[in-house]
Amino acid sequence: MSSSLFEEVQTPPSGDISVRRVTINVNGEPRTADIEPRLLLADLLRQGLALTGTHKGCDTTNCGACTVLFDGRPVKSCTMLAAQADGHNVQTVEGLGTASELDPVQEGFKQEHGLQCGFCTPGMMMSAKALLERNPNPTEDEIRWALSGNLCRCTGYQNIVKAVLWAAEKMRSN
Amino acid sequence: MSLDEIKIGGMGASRRRVEDNRFIRGKGNYVDDIVLPGMLHMEILRSPVAHARIKSIDTSAAWDMPGVRLVLTGEMMAARNLAWMPTLSYDTAAVLATDKVRFQGQEVCAVIADDPYIAKDACAKIVVDYEILPVIVNPVQAAAADAVQIRDDKEGQVGNKVFDWEIGDKAKTDKAFQDADVVSKLELHYPRTHPSPIECCGSIADFDRATSKLTVYMTSQAPHIVRAAVALVAELPEQNIRIVSPDIGGGFGNKVPVYPGYVISILASILTERPVKWIEDKTGNLISTGFGRDVYLKGEMALRKDGKILAFRMNTISDHGAFFADAQPSKFKIGLMHSTFAAYDIPNAHLFATGYYTNKAPGGVAYRCSFRVTEAMFFQERMMQAAADDLGMDQAEFRRVNFVKDDDFPHRTAFGFLTDSGQYGKCLDIALEAINYKNFEAEKAEAAKRGRLLGIGISTMTEPLGAGNSREYDILGIKMFDSAELRVHMTGKAILRTGAKSQGQGHETTWAQIVAHELGIPAEDIVVEEGDTDTAPFGMGTYASRSTPVAGAAVAMVARKIRAKARKIAAHLLEVSEEDIEWELGRFYVRSNKDRGVTIQECAMAAYSNMPDGMEPGLENTAYYDPPNLTWPFACYICKVEIDPETGVWDVLQFVAVDDCGVRINPMIVEGQIMGGLTEAYAMANMQYQTYDEEGNCIGANYMDFLLPTAWETPGWELYEVVTPCPHHPIGAKGVGECATVAGPAAFVNAVVNALKDKGVRNIDMPLMPNRVYEALTTGKDVGGMPPVRSGD
Repeated sequence: MSSSLFEEVQTPPSGDISVRRVTINVNGEPRTADIEPRLLLADLLRQGLALTGTHKGCDTTNCGACTVLFDGRPVKSCTMLAAQADGHNVQTVEGLGTASELDPVQEGFKQEHGLQCGFCTPGMMMSAKALLERNPNPTEDEIRWALSGNLCRCTGYQNIVKAVLWAAEKMRSN
Repeated sequence: MSLDEIKIGGMGASRRRVEDNRFIRGKGNYVDDIVLPGMLHMEILRSPVAHARIKSIDTSAAWDMPGVRLVLTGEMMAARNLAWMPTLSYDTAAVLATDKVRFQGQEVCAVIADDPYIAKDACAKIVVDYEILPVIVNPVQAAAADAVQIRDDKEGQVGNKVFDWEIGDKAKTDKAFQDADVVSKLELHYPRTHPSPIECCGSIADFDRATSKLTVYMTSQAPHIVRAAVALVAELPEQNIRIVSPDIGGGFGNKVPVYPGYVISILASILTERPVKWIEDKTGNLISTGFGRDVYLKGEMALRKDGKILAFRMNTISDHGAFFADAQPSKFKIGLMHSTFAAYDIPNAHLFATGYYTNKAPGGVAYRCSFRVTEAMFFQERMMQAAADDLGMDQAEFRRVNFVKDDDFPHRTAFGFLTDSGQYGKCLDIALEAINYKNFEAEKAEAAKRGRLLGIGISTMTEPLGAGNSREYDILGIKMFDSAELRVHMTGKAILRTGAKSQGQGHETTWAQIVAHELGIPAEDIVVEEGDTDTAPFGMGTYASRSTPVAGAAVAMVARKIRAKARKIAAHLLEVSEEDIEWELGRFYVRSNKDRGVTIQECAMAAYSNMPDGMEPGLENTAYYDPPNLTWPFACYICKVEIDPETGVWDVLQFVAVDDCGVRINPMIVEGQIMGGLTEAYAMANMQYQTYDEEGNCIGANYMDFLLPTAWETPGWELYEVVTPCPHHPIGAKGVGECATVAGPAAFVNAVVNALKDKGVRNIDMPLMPNRVYEALTTGKDVGGMPPVRSGD
């Protein structure tokens, strides 16, 4: 993949690589790009759209740092082709909250010290967000199970669980 | 009226973290997030085999690919005297292989291309012809008389031995063993593991031909050491080198060394005159960068019948991989292994250590651990349990009998360390109470009725955290101290910079709290910056739990220098002599009239607008702190497990952690460090390790084989606190980041082995996977020990 393959950059793609046009609704805005079919969704988001909050940790669907919401469901964008997202909705960490107001999940992570180095945090929050959308009142076990696709090396998870409980309570009281 | 220290975010406040504001918005700035104009991308071709002579390398097809700008080989590096580089332990390591490859995953070629996909494609086009050589995967093979020599590049190297090293009084120790009532023995393997931060290593080198300035953005826990290394290795003038560590996605010791990828990206940028980005993938990180542990430990303890330990002696055999690259003080070949048993009053000791080269990845061997103390304390606490069992003594009581007592500090250990302070007995009491130790036998009997085995394991230790002092601790001759620079602006706001580098420890939050404590400036008025060698004062970086003990002390000291100058300004503003001035948090006042005073902010304004005659303007200073001693925190962990004898699966029923790390600057952050450390301890005890098959293939090269615990497996942690202020630290703090990783593993293993004690089991090597536990409980035999290592489990 290369930034030169994006429509925004007015240079034509080099060589004989076939190019495909996709339109993806990213954080509520339709974004169109001409991409190589093999381009990964995570790379489109990070390099093509400069949404670097979606992190790449393992490239193998294990760590979950690249988790985004795909039509509301958490998926690992490092092993999904950008072409598969054509015509779909993708929400990244940049789509959580607004410039002036944090999403309760973001606030919960800060209040309960649910992060240290911050690298797994965006993916972890997206998984938490998906959980709370379908289950506004999760138990500790339900949270641990829902986040078991996201690895954190710093926190030991206890404060992440607390952060999600904090967010759940905040969302219920809103 | 004095300020409320907690309200201004001073010491003791569980202040919410400043850095979180960007991280929770996805606005962190990690190295892979940085994009420079005209940037190229680099990919490394790694060796698929563990030991082979390189017969030829054909890069022509890679060069022919559109978008490829440069293909680098070892020969091209050698032409520039960069094929080899020094390690942190006075050895050499290959940057790109020239003669042989010596471990699977070793760097062989690098491709620099317009985008990372093309660079990867081009790597696949390179043809390397290897002549396969015999492979050595453990120290027993390495020591064999007919073993192939791995380091035939080194003049004077005989065989595969790296070093022999010893410490202690052998004669006195041997004599103590002759006088012993009971001699207890244990041998075990602390398996190879990997720090594996979620973010891998990476760099962007940007050489500007016009200015001769080299800027390198990189994942380094110690950017100043890198600047020095680049100046010495690449022979670039140091003033033209700028190393920037942006946000780091976890380090745990993995990001201390200088790796080939960094060096190659620098040369690639010099040659292409373009910025070159290198981002390692997970397999590259796991199979080529600094691992942890891989030590065989064997020891004996001389005991009196009443439980008093008379002496211990130990042998260690460590596996260093292909290059001796330990990041450790140069005086000590096996790190601070000799800090073992420091919590106990033992008069005589002897340690003999041997290290070997093998065809495995080299490494810093640091993994959330101050220079091998993890192995030292693990062996210590496993040995304590075995000895208590041999004596037929209660394991808690055995420890208590041998603890250094509260009023015996400072205490000189048999190996010469000076432990500073502690309340070991109190910590143990709290833990025993919390886990209801007295009731354990009854619980165990109850569980037995359900067909389950219960075990309880204790781990108590003090460890040396916060290298230096500079008398004894250096890396490659650079003394281990640290620094802080504080600039108070005229409105009383400030910027603080240190020579440390946070990787999640929260320095931006806690350093400001120390300044708030010393000066009464609210923490929110202080910005903290680290990691840019052009702006931060020189320091040795963050590892070995040294930030708070060393850089944190420098922060307090520089704030005190600022306060001393502000006091002179206050005297001038209040028109009294300096001797008549008193200080309370945030304010100077006249001793005879407390209402007459000036705030620190008023002093700051005066430093730029109304200073006394003859005073140098401004309110800025720098402090370098060389600690008089290491700090000695104490940890007491007790774990209770239940084993299903039909499967060997064990569950943690309760885990109690009592930590005494001295004064806590931000209790929330300290607890976060402890819980994270316990989880890594649980990982090592339960599932996380790397082994190699007979051909030298790394088993544990991705997250499907190298297992990290998820939220689902990880048990809950119960934390308790004891505070014994460090007597020699300016704010009484001790290191803490590694305590839980160091003391934790033995608590789990002791608990599982305790459950199987009645079956005659004395040791199971980590990780305690169900198959190993099942084997032990069905055979009544130990599982693990000295090599040859069992493979395939």
